[in-house]
Amino acid sequence: MGLAKRIIPCLDVDNGRVVKGVQFVEIRDAGDPVEIARRYDEQGADELTFLDITASSDDRQTMVHVVEQVAGQVFIPLTVGGGIRTVDDIRRMLNAGADKVAINTAAVFNPEFVREAAEKFGSQCIVVAIDAKRVNAEGEADKWEIFTHGGRKPTGIDAVEWAVRMVDYGAGEILLTSMDRDGTKIGFDLALTRAISDAVNVPVIASGGVGNLQHLVEGVTEGRADAVLAASIFHFGEHTVGEAKQQMQQAGIEVRV
Amino acid sequence: MSTVAVIDYGMGNLHSVAKALEHVANGERVVVTHEAEKIRAADRVVLPGVGAMRDCMHEIRRLGIDTLVKEVVADGKPLLGVCVGMQALMTFSDENNGVECLKILPGHVAYFGDDLHDPNTGERLKIPHMGWNQVHQTFDHPLWYNIEQDARFYFVHSYYVEPVDIGMIAGSAQYGLAFTAAISRANVFATQFHPEKSQHDGLQLYKNFLNWDGRV
Repeated sequence: MGLAKRIIPCLDVDNGRVVKGVQFVEIRDAGDPVEIARRYDEQGADELTFLDITASSDDRQTMVHVVEQVAGQVFIPLTVGGGIRTVDDIRRMLNAGADKVAINTAAVFNPEFVREAAEKFGSQCIVVAIDAKRVNAEGEADKWEIFTHGGRKPTGIDAVEWAVRMVDYGAGEILLTSMDRDGTKIGFDLALTRAISDAVNVPVIASGGVGNLQHLVEGVTEGRADAVLAASIFHFGEHTVGEAKQQMQQAGIEVRV
Repeated sequence: MSTVAVIDYGMGNLHSVAKALEHVANGERVVVTHEAEKIRAADRVVLPGVGAMRDCMHEIRRLGIDTLVKEVVADGKPLLGVCVGMQALMTFSDENNGVECLKILPGHVAYFGDDLHDPNTGERLKIPHMGWNQVHQTFDHPLWYNIEQDARFYFVHSYYVEPVDIGMIAGSAQYGLAFTAAISRANVFATQFHPEKSQHDGLQLYKNFLNWDGRV
């Protein structure tokens, strides 16, 4: 009896529509974020994460409406990331019904923003999203660096040091994505996950690379993640959140069923 | 028509709280407010809260909500504290190098500690305590109606309440140690977890609150 490890489906939203294809057998219009959120909620998702990938900042207001609608119908924690750059961005999302915001690029360009945000809204709602890529050559000691702009721009910042610094600045949780594994379906970068999770005293969400349910188990048992995030294995109806929890439970992991 | 006031002191997750109450309301009106007349006119009152205790107490005092909440308690109206709203009801919090709270319930608010471990597995436990944990109901209460024993609720906090009178502990949970998840005294009930984020069981608790006359 204790705290459950969390399973978090992630939805990429472009101009108010869920993209990367989400398919549920019973839903005809699978791009509607509210419908999809409801479905994951029914399946037993522990939280939901929405990443706004809208290119134009003019369309960001659309995301606010999405969050408002979801928050009026789905009563589990909601995290919103993508384009969170100012205190006003955070306030707008929290007022719309988000419980946490994920700050990524803005933290790299202005680390003080994380401190300001945590002081203003409390660490419990400030997630720092870290996109990390392995930079050591084979045979060398493990080393990962932070990349921004969806993994395109290197920064030269060491990922483990960065995570420690962000927690020191007030991050209440780390959303860790391996850019090497993202989209590969070969599993999390477990060494990266464990290195970050061991280095910080706040919960770490593992992300990037999930291709089957066993990967979720490994993220917790070997990566020591407190939560696991996945998109495509749930989106295409390959697996439900309930099946994922069953597998984790069989592996001896405490989950909410 | 009965009214429930959700106290707005600028620090809350009050939109989520209000949305959850509206979702389960059966004709009850939900008002988000810091105005004295509206709070006094309400049949039930919710004191939510997230963020740092010092800022919360500062705003509570600045807006005169301290006296209003004490009035509500003295009048016997049902009062529900949520998260920092629960902690604010106590005497004193260790957060922010020590903060005087509302002193409605005797007890203090303590930090989990940076070196927390599961006593059974030895696993290191992260702070904040974030996620779904089981709440053991220590006694029957109208707010536990239709909620299974040891049901899971969503928590996110680094501090927890230690009441002087352990008889007030209505629910407990385990995170390295046993801590108070819910507290009850007469017309006051408060939860460390977030019912508004705890899906069916959380909504049931809000429904129970709307049906509660404040008597145990």
